[in-house]
Amino acid sequence: MEIVDIVPPELKNNVIVTSVDALFKWGKSNSIWPLSSGLACCSIEMMCAAASRFDLARFGYEVFRSCPRQSDLLIVAGTLTWKMTPPLIRLYEEMPEPKYVIAMGNCNIGGGPFADSYSVVTGLDKIMPVDVYLPGCPPRPEALIDAMLKLKKLIRHPELGRDAADAKALSRANLELMTRPVRNVEERAE
Amino acid sequence: MAQTEKYVLNMGPQHPSTHGVLQVQVELDGENIVGAKPVMGYLHRGIEKLMESRTYVQCVPFTDRLDYVSAMNNNLGFCMAVEKLAGIEVPERAEYIRVICAELNRIASHHVFIGSLTNDLGSATGMIYAFRDREKILDLFNIICGARMTAHYIRIGGVAADAQDEFLRDTQKFIDYVPEMLDEYNKLFSGNEIFQARMKKTSIITKEMALKFGMSGPNIRASGVDYDIRKIDKYGAYGKFDFDVPLGKRGDNWDRYMIRMKEIAESAKIIQQALDNMPEGPYMAKVPKVLRPPKGDAYHRVENTRGELGFYIVSDGSTKPYRVHIRRPSFVNLQALDTMCKGMLLADAVTAFATIDPLMGEVDC
Repeated sequence: MEIVDIVPPELKNNVIVTSVDALFKWGKSNSIWPLSSGLACCSIEMMCAAASRFDLARFGYEVFRSCPRQSDLLIVAGTLTWKMTPPLIRLYEEMPEPKYVIAMGNCNIGGGPFADSYSVVTGLDKIMPVDVYLPGCPPRPEALIDAMLKLKKLIRHPELGRDAADAKALSRANLELMTRPVRNVEERAE
Repeated sequence: MAQTEKYVLNMGPQHPSTHGVLQVQVELDGENIVGAKPVMGYLHRGIEKLMESRTYVQCVPFTDRLDYVSAMNNNLGFCMAVEKLAGIEVPERAEYIRVICAELNRIASHHVFIGSLTNDLGSATGMIYAFRDREKILDLFNIICGARMTAHYIRIGGVAADAQDEFLRDTQKFIDYVPEMLDEYNKLFSGNEIFQARMKKTSIITKEMALKFGMSGPNIRASGVDYDIRKIDKYGAYGKFDFDVPLGKRGDNWDRYMIRMKEIAESAKIIQQALDNMPEGPYMAKVPKVLRPPKGDAYHRVENTRGELGFYIVSDGSTKPYRVHIRRPSFVNLQALDTMCKGMLLADAVTAFATIDPLMGEVDC
């Protein structure tokens, strides 16, 4: 079949042809609106990332919204307890699609230092799907920026997420090993 | 005939001005507040219980995460309580380094206070300036211990590493910058008419009320009560330094703000004296590898950024504490919220909340 060129010659050098999907992804990945959902220590580093030195605005991600209906990224910054879980799930449900979740800090990956506490959720992925895991206690603002750039890559190439799922299962197994309850030091000393 | 009735408005747990996860059930009559009931526990991590299953040395990192914007002060409180229990003498150089770190962290914490207060009052610019200067202190912590917030630098028996020349030089540079910084803040927001109008004569706590509530820290000093643990107990090296305790008169929001601005200058004064008289010597006392304090209990209190922080430790002679109780200043100060909000407008509740300056990590523990 002959390909018919419908673009007039005077526009040929001024127009880029692409798919609507790619254009959406490009736009979406460059203007993420995070929800300002600070829970604990990590929220201070999240504020630092948005403030003067680290300046998240350089990447177009500085529009922190207080309302879940206006945001498309949930950065869970800080320790999540069982009491806070229902409000957080409600916030997540209230966010419009497409939405993404960053589990910021060790607490949200595997409980962190509070892994054997009676009130802490050991892993955010027990209650909601997570796109990017960001380790650190708390992670530095540079690390948060890196996580958001990784998320940008994920939004543009969603097929990367499939590999990430396998890696997630693997790292999950490693984390189980890392976050075992603290050994009895007396036993070790004797 | 028009009928009116009171209704309850929920603020939080996800709200930008609750500084974390506090829920406040505000009872309203129109726009006037009738009552404000804080609902806590959204960040309860069971730190006191967790400490019972850790050795004394392993407990110290938990104190970082209590009041996460002034971690050094919390380390100091816990370590001094354990030292009291085990009878450990801390070298003089370590005491001086501890004072420098604790006071630097006090300034950093007040930066967060100024930043969040101005942000809550609608001036996002204030936050940008405060966080710019806070980064300077975090850089100093980065040099001395490699962490920005959760430092875990003050250890049982001293400090983790000696203060390098680079750290002392940069601290001096920062102290020289403090007057200029305060001047800029005063020009930028203290002198602002709208800022003053929203702060002055709102949410007054009288001297008597503050004493009844058991408040401490800048909040009680704003009401005119001269109560500073650094002056009363003279713990660590604080007895050797000359500094004033700024006091307020009315006990309103403005006083609570100005007290903290003045405290930054006083902290800078203490750090300057510590830098000038820095002794040489070891930075760590001889502490046994497996620490077994004798049977008994000890209580030690320090002046945290938010008030009187106390650690009560009971030892049964083993390597782990039998029981740890933490007297958290934010938790006690938060009691005054209801009294402060009564009769005010809804918008003033945000200001009142910001000037009590509670930190949820410490309130819920």
